[in-house]
Amino acid sequence: MLNQYPLWKNVLVALVLLIGLLYALPNLYSQDPVIEVTGTRGEQVGETLQQNIVAALERAQVPVKSTELKADRLQIRFNEPQDQLAGQDVVAKALPPAFTHALTLSPDVPGWLTAIGGKPMNLGLDLRGGIHVLIDVDMEAAIAKAVERDAGNIRTTLRNEKIRYVTVKESGNGIDVRLKDAATRDQTEKVLGGEFRELTVSTSDQDGDFYVRLSMPPDQERAVKKLALEQNITTLRNRVNALGVAEPVIQQQGERRIVVELPGVQDPGKVKDLLGATATLEYRLADTDLGAAAEAERSGRVPPGLALYRERNGRPILLKRQVIVTGDEMTSASSGFDQQSGQPAVIVNLDSKGARRMRNVTTENVGKPMAVVFKEKRTVGRDSEGKPIREWVEEVINVATIREPFGRRFQTTGLDNPQEAHQLALLLRAGALAAPIDIVEERTIGPSLGQDNIDQGIVSVVVGMLAVVVVMAVYYKVFGLVANLALVANLVLIVALLSMLQATLTVPGIAGIVLTVGMAVDANVLIYERIREELAVGSTPQASIHAGYERAFSSILDANVTTLIAAVVLFSIGSGPVRGFAVTLAIGIITSMFTALLGTRAVINMVYGRKRIAKLAI
Amino acid sequence: MQIISNSLRIDYMRFKNAAVGLSVAWLLVAAAAIAIRGLNFGIDFTGGTLIEVGYQNDVQLESVRGALQGAGFGSAAVQRFGTLRDVLIRLPVATDAAEGDNTRVSNEVFAALSKAADGKVELRRVEFVGPQVGDELAEDGALAVLVALIAILMYVAMRFEWRFAVGAVVALAHDVLFTVGLFALLQIEFDLPVLAAVLAVIGYSLNDTIVIFDRVRENFRKMRKGTPDEIVNISVNQTMSRTIMTSGTTLIVLLALFFLGGENVHGFSLALIVGVVVGTYSTIYVASAVALWLGVSKADLMPVKKEGLVDDRP
Repeated sequence: MLNQYPLWKNVLVALVLLIGLLYALPNLYSQDPVIEVTGTRGEQVGETLQQNIVAALERAQVPVKSTELKADRLQIRFNEPQDQLAGQDVVAKALPPAFTHALTLSPDVPGWLTAIGGKPMNLGLDLRGGIHVLIDVDMEAAIAKAVERDAGNIRTTLRNEKIRYVTVKESGNGIDVRLKDAATRDQTEKVLGGEFRELTVSTSDQDGDFYVRLSMPPDQERAVKKLALEQNITTLRNRVNALGVAEPVIQQQGERRIVVELPGVQDPGKVKDLLGATATLEYRLADTDLGAAAEAERSGRVPPGLALYRERNGRPILLKRQVIVTGDEMTSASSGFDQQSGQPAVIVNLDSKGARRMRNVTTENVGKPMAVVFKEKRTVGRDSEGKPIREWVEEVINVATIREPFGRRFQTTGLDNPQEAHQLALLLRAGALAAPIDIVEERTIGPSLGQDNIDQGIVSVVVGMLAVVVVMAVYYKVFGLVANLALVANLVLIVALLSMLQATLTVPGIAGIVLTVGMAVDANVLIYERIREELAVGSTPQASIHAGYERAFSSILDANVTTLIAAVVLFSIGSGPVRGFAVTLAIGIITSMFTALLGTRAVINMVYGRKRIAKLAI
Repeated sequence: MQIISNSLRIDYMRFKNAAVGLSVAWLLVAAAAIAIRGLNFGIDFTGGTLIEVGYQNDVQLESVRGALQGAGFGSAAVQRFGTLRDVLIRLPVATDAAEGDNTRVSNEVFAALSKAADGKVELRRVEFVGPQVGDELAEDGALAVLVALIAILMYVAMRFEWRFAVGAVVALAHDVLFTVGLFALLQIEFDLPVLAAVLAVIGYSLNDTIVIFDRVRENFRKMRKGTPDEIVNISVNQTMSRTIMTSGTTLIVLLALFFLGGENVHGFSLALIVGVVVGTYSTIYVASAVALWLGVSKADLMPVKKEGLVDDRP
């Protein structure tokens, strides 16, 4: 019998639609502006905190929708974004220091939906507002830094082994050790070759000098780069967390890029300053002879083992080359004020290795001065290719006499103001960047533009779709109505799939959906035109339906596969906004094939199948 | 209801040569426009900073320019964006340190505007693209178009026949050049969404071409009589109703997007509107004409006999 679907096909269509409806459902619930409070350093949010905050918000007359205490966080829901912003100030003041808060949007989805994994689509930054930053990691600098570290270790090793060398010099991706005679060269080669197994060792003789070169093999270089990227991601994540942003995205893109996306952030200037900052501290022993510093500056000749620095007031000072501890060895840092002088201060905790070294050095050098160097990498210009030229700016912020040995915990003063102390403490806590970074792309969308984009997107989808629905119903009558059902089902399925995949919906994504709506009817148009042709040549209605679906299939398949090819190419080669478009286009093609072929056939079969009919309403 | 009867026999192929001439003429204009005027690339490709601000009240562009000049951003281009309150500011990539760090430019510009307008201005959007990223995007974009064309060429050659594949790809190249040429001629900004639209045009136009080719193939196999020109004609006539319906519905939603989707999708929807119209035209007068011109014939489209089955009986 013609035009009758087996039960399983009908069940399949119904099932897919049901699942689609279920997973598209969370998107209908409104997204509430929320302030999320979480504890840091092991602190837990509790009922007392909840009551305090609610009371504080009441006093400030900020209307609250509801508050909810979850396992590790407290969510305060508001009706309007303005209330959320007003509430932010109140919450910030009411919170004890061990808690942080973040602004976010959270859907008001009932528990049973959440339980089956129902989540609304992720809205892209262009729809919800926020900042997107693409960061380029300076890999050449990462390699140079690794080479510098190796050079230091080589010097130490040679000194420990009592091998006399002329120079140890960094060049390119390796280090040249210059030696006096062949015997020392052979000894050096043996010692360093055993010690630095990850480097390639080679020897050469030039102009009566003997050289040992240790260079980084390609796989080692790759490993260094990978590590630098990973460390930078960790550091950036720490810094972003300190900002209190909900649902930040920090991920690798390609071999040397990092994407940072912060939804809802209002102050892009602050974010960029914080992400790119490279400030850190170094502790070194200072030379006691101030006259020598002035002399060194005049003559340009610095005594061996020392380096010339400047204090913030411009005075020259000589510091020992050897660094006692660096920012890398600090486990925590906080800002405050010096109890005696009232100056802004940074209170630092060292890890065990750093603490041991600090204790040894201070024990041996009681009564001598120690200097704190504030290091920051600043962009001083750009080269012809537009790449930034960076230089370390190093300032001695504090020189103090070691009065007694100290180790793990101490404080540093000499900063200009409390803000600087605060910022520095934050950076020290987050860890230093393993390699300098450069922001190569930024997209910031204000919250009002995001809302406008959503509104305009919805309006254009709805208007476009209504127009298509009317045209189809007028042109193809009953069959047009069935195609319209398929169109709506298609939209539901696209939304459901995007929600299930937790893909991000962007403005180009909405454009992709709009385009799919226009193109999705194509399959049905093809089928219906075929049915009309069959009817025109005198086939029975049942045979015409059957032949229409059958004959149109190859056209539909070819047409959709080729469009799918274009979508896949777009996705694999394009970036950000193009990808958003490609994803919705591809999903739309697949779902429209399902609804236009299987879906409409099931309905048509139910309407016309299994009976004698004289005429089709087409 | 029916707009066009399937039984109409309009001789579309009679205008084949005139149409090809028209296409070639237009493509020469498009190529000249691209070569001489060049594309008005957006910052996605050139690099630079784009800042959109929304004022609470209507604002004169002169006052915005004045405020920028005062803050040392004399090189900024200022234009309206949709309404009298929204203003778009573009700045080229800063190449020396004197112009400041690129990532700080937007902060400084907004601070200057905010000061001049007593805070009655809102930062709606900032886009900064570094010069390297811009170059990469342009390269990737061109590569995407090329790869898409090659992949499609291969698929169509596999499913149909090489003459059809060449016809389809020539038609696609025609559509791409036409659309891009129009953007160059009118100096409409060409940014990343427009590039995505051009790729979507490839998808759409191909969709259209395939449907007609499919019918041509079917008719070649089915009909005993008729020259290739006649068969293509019949096929175009048979599918015309469908072509008008599909192009029509797609155009309806695109027009909705163009008029209601906001300034940000203007370029995108315009490129698609142009592409859909041109894509429909090129199916008939470029894709089919090229396939005919290459000498597509009945014999080429007969189902291939499977070799293993032919002669293994004793």
